[in-house]
Order: sequence, then C-alpha cells, then structure tokens
Amino acid sequence: MEINVIRAGPMTTVQDAGRPGHRAEGLPAGGAADLFALRLANLLVGNPEDAAVLECTLAGPVLEFSEDTTIAIGGAGFAGVPSWQPVVVRAGGRLALGPCHHGCRGYVAIAGGVEVPVVLGSRSTFLRAHLGGHEGRALRDGDTLQAGAWVLPHEAKHWRVDPHVLPPYSHAPTLRVLRGAQWDDFDANCLAAGFGVTPVSDRMGIRLSGPRLIRRRGRELLSAAVAPGTVQVPPDGQPILLLADAQTIGGYPRLAHVIGVDLPLAAQLRPGDKVHFAEVTLDEAHRLWRQQERTLAILRQGLAEKLR
Amino acid sequence: MGDAAVVLEIGQAIDEPTMARVGSVARAIAGHPPAGVTDIVPAFGSVTVFYDPRKIGSYADLAGALMKLSAPAERAPSAATARVVEIPVCYGGEFGPDLGVVAAHTGLTPEEVIKLHSGGEYRVHAIGFSPGFPYLGGLPPRLNTPRRATPRPLVPAGSVGIGSAQTGVYPIASPGGWNLIGRTPRALFRLHLSPPALLLTGDRVKFRPISPEEFAAWK
Repeated sequence: MEINVIRAGPMTTVQDAGRPGHRAEGLPAGGAADLFALRLANLLVGNPEDAAVLECTLAGPVLEFSEDTTIAIGGAGFAGVPSWQPVVVRAGGRLALGPCHHGCRGYVAIAGGVEVPVVLGSRSTFLRAHLGGHEGRALRDGDTLQAGAWVLPHEAKHWRVDPHVLPPYSHAPTLRVLRGAQWDDFDANCLAAGFGVTPVSDRMGIRLSGPRLIRRRGRELLSAAVAPGTVQVPPDGQPILLLADAQTIGGYPRLAHVIGVDLPLAAQLRPGDKVHFAEVTLDEAHRLWRQQERTLAILRQGLAEKLR
Repeated sequence: MGDAAVVLEIGQAIDEPTMARVGSVARAIAGHPPAGVTDIVPAFGSVTVFYDPRKIGSYADLAGALMKLSAPAERAPSAATARVVEIPVCYGGEFGPDLGVVAAHTGLTPEEVIKLHSGGEYRVHAIGFSPGFPYLGGLPPRLNTPRRATPRPLVPAGSVGIGSAQTGVYPIASPGGWNLIGRTPRALFRLHLSPPALLLTGDRVKFRPISPEEFAAWK
C-alpha cells in the first residue's frame, strides 16, 4: 500500500523502537521519543509493538492512502481524529492532522507498519547522521511511503483504550528522577523549583530555564556516557534534559536521570510547559517498569483475543 | 546512571594504566554479557553498561555479575595489544582552513604544525559527540590551540581539528568549533560494515600527511 504525503507537517519522521547496541560507536539508540505511545499505537492496529510509525512534532501531516487501512494515533492528540483507538481510512481517503492540541509528539501507527529499509537493525530516522527512516531525513510534501499489507479485521475496529493505563501526560508534569553522579556537588533542593521548557528543544534534548544551578564543588570531569533522561548542567546553570537522539557521551555534570516510565512525559513537553522533579529510588523505578510492562501485556492479550 | 544503565568508575586520570583497565573491563563484560545488557560504552575513565530493565533477572543479579566480571579485569595488566590505525590527512589549503590560525597561535610554521601533528601517536579515549567521532589523547602540548570563538555551522566530513588539548576527526558533516587543519579521505563511519565506526575506544592512531592528488585518488 502507498501512503502519499500531501503535507509533511513541520517535523515528521519515521521512528520505531530504536537501534540499541551501537552506543560504543557513538550512535544513540534513538527511536520514538515516546516509546509508550509507539508501542500502544502499534498494538491498536494489530502491529508488532516495535513497528515503524510516523512521529509528528507539534502538528501532523496530511496523508492519502492507496488502499483501505486502519491507523491509530498515540501520544500528542490532534483535533478531529480520536486518539488511542483504531480509525478506518478508505482507499483514496485523506487523513488530515492539524496542530497538536496537547503534547509535542503525535504517533501515527498504520496497519502493517511503515516500510523503509532497516539500517543497523532499525527503521528509525537519525537526522544528525542522515541515517535510517525515509532517506535519512524528515518527510517532505510529495513523498511516497510504503506500508505493509496487513489489514485489520472489520469487527476489531471498535476498541478504545482505558485512559487510566496511559501515562499522566500533562503540560506541568512531575518527572521522577534518580540521583546522578554529581548530585552531591549541587545544593540539595536545587531541583525543587519548577523549570520552564524553552523553544531550544528537539529530539536531542530539552533546554530548561529556571533558577541557576551552581555546582558548589567537584573536580574537572572526564566525559562519560549519558542517556535519554539524563539531566545535565552546563556552566550557564540551565539544565538540559536529554531525549532519544542525545549524544552518547558528555562532559557536563550529570545531576539526575529521569526514570524510564516518565520519559514519555518528557517527550511530550512543549515550549512554555512547566516541569517539576521528584526523587525516587532505583527499586521504585524498576518496580514501575515492571508495572508498565504488566499493563502493556494485559492490553496486548486483550487485543490479541479480539483479533483471533 | 538512571534505571537502565550502570557506570563502573575505573579511574580519574587520562593516562595509559586507566585506559588499559577501562579496555580490559569493557572486553571482559562484552565477552560474557549478563542477560539484558544492550550496550557497553568505555570512555576515558569509566565503562557504562546499558541494560533493558525488563530483561534482567534483578538489579542485584546484574550488579553482582558485573562486579564479578570487572574485578579481575581491572587488576590484570592489559594483555591485549591495541590496534594501530593510520589516517591519511591532506593538511592545509581548502581542507585545513585553520592551519594558519594554529601556526600563528603556537608560533610555529604551518610545516612544523603538520610535522608535529603527524609525528605523534594518539589514543582513542572515547567515541561520541557524533557517530564514529574519536576523542584522541596525545596531542603534542605545543599544538594546544583554543576552540574557535564561534563554531562553524557545518564542518565537512573527514575534517581533522584541534580543540584545546584534543585533536579529532569529524566522521560526518556536523557543526563544530575546533580549528580545522586538514581532511582525511578515509571514511570513519561506514554503514555497510560491522562495526560501522572505523575507530573504537582504546585504538592507537597515527596521521600520515598526503598530497591533494593522493586525497583525490583515494578509494
């Protein structure tokens, strides 16, 4: 099936669950910034949860499909098209997604998955290296994409996800963090105040603004690995929260790390949003991971039964 | 480091013993990776092990396994001999627009800068910043030149630069603030090869001056 990109939107890329295994070569794992949205949107159209989807930033594309198909929107929401449920689009029909009415990144899962070449184990677009996705770049008006031939059985199109299982998406979320290596070099309560999300934000990271964070002590640091979720503090004292395409190593003090289950909330922050941080333990973070996996397993099983 | 990676701190110095211990710890873990481990990132004085929290038995099991693997490796002298990788570089001219800046800053002639830079042997302390980008230690102190006040928006792939006490090669076109003294025709990041990065942490590197003709003829 062909997908014609009538309007690409401001920043639409092909993303899947990423390409771990190449960090030692300087290549971040990348993939969907909001992995929860990727996984659930895929499940809703009967795809493997790591299938390639379209990640749309702040506004969506206008797409035309050559055959009947089913799509599902996850993450950020768009006016006029319901989120978190299968939506049928007829052959020759258009899916027109305007600005996101909440959140920053909307995910469009298409039954059968977006078919682009697999590069180093993933279909994800890594813009800095012009690698993966559709020709290593964001979509443009007039592009044509292919999707798999999978068609959802007709009777299975009335699903809707219980909103209680979704991450608590918000324009003022509290992100739970673990202490970073240089936590003790900063004042104990330095993260207690809220921080604003600046427009200097992309898939690499989000520049936050707030009270200046000053490193009180500590020696010169050697560069070491950083990861999505790392909160690093450059000399200007304004923290940077790293996201999916962050560089693999960094030399700035690492103050804290946002836990995995809260990364979807970070991925949906848009300029002007407010963010707070709260410390949790590693045990708690891992417990929350397992809880999220159980939730997704229950959804996966429920959907599989409807598909049978 | 967060809930999906753990950092093994090996040392705080940029020196040969630290480098050797980092290398042997990374190899020991890569040789017998515990369940759930996805990435092993040696860099300067640390080895960071990334894991999928869904695939480890328990964190205590993982931490125990990593301790067991790294303790003997950290004590053992490095038996492995590092590879030496030669990087051909066409210095100066359009490929090295800042060669004159480095010469003026260091009080050397451009020829002396080339001789010093290509005369030394370098060590890859880490790969990062961009895919395949090596942080090289071993720049002759005489060549130390501060970064440009304003970074270039686009540095061509293969550019060889000096930023303060470090030197390195940009594998892909990217913004950059280092002084560009030359360019290599050798690809540092090759998608069709495994691993795609030409250089890995621990490798030794030598630069060999080449002419513009040899640069043009490089395959």
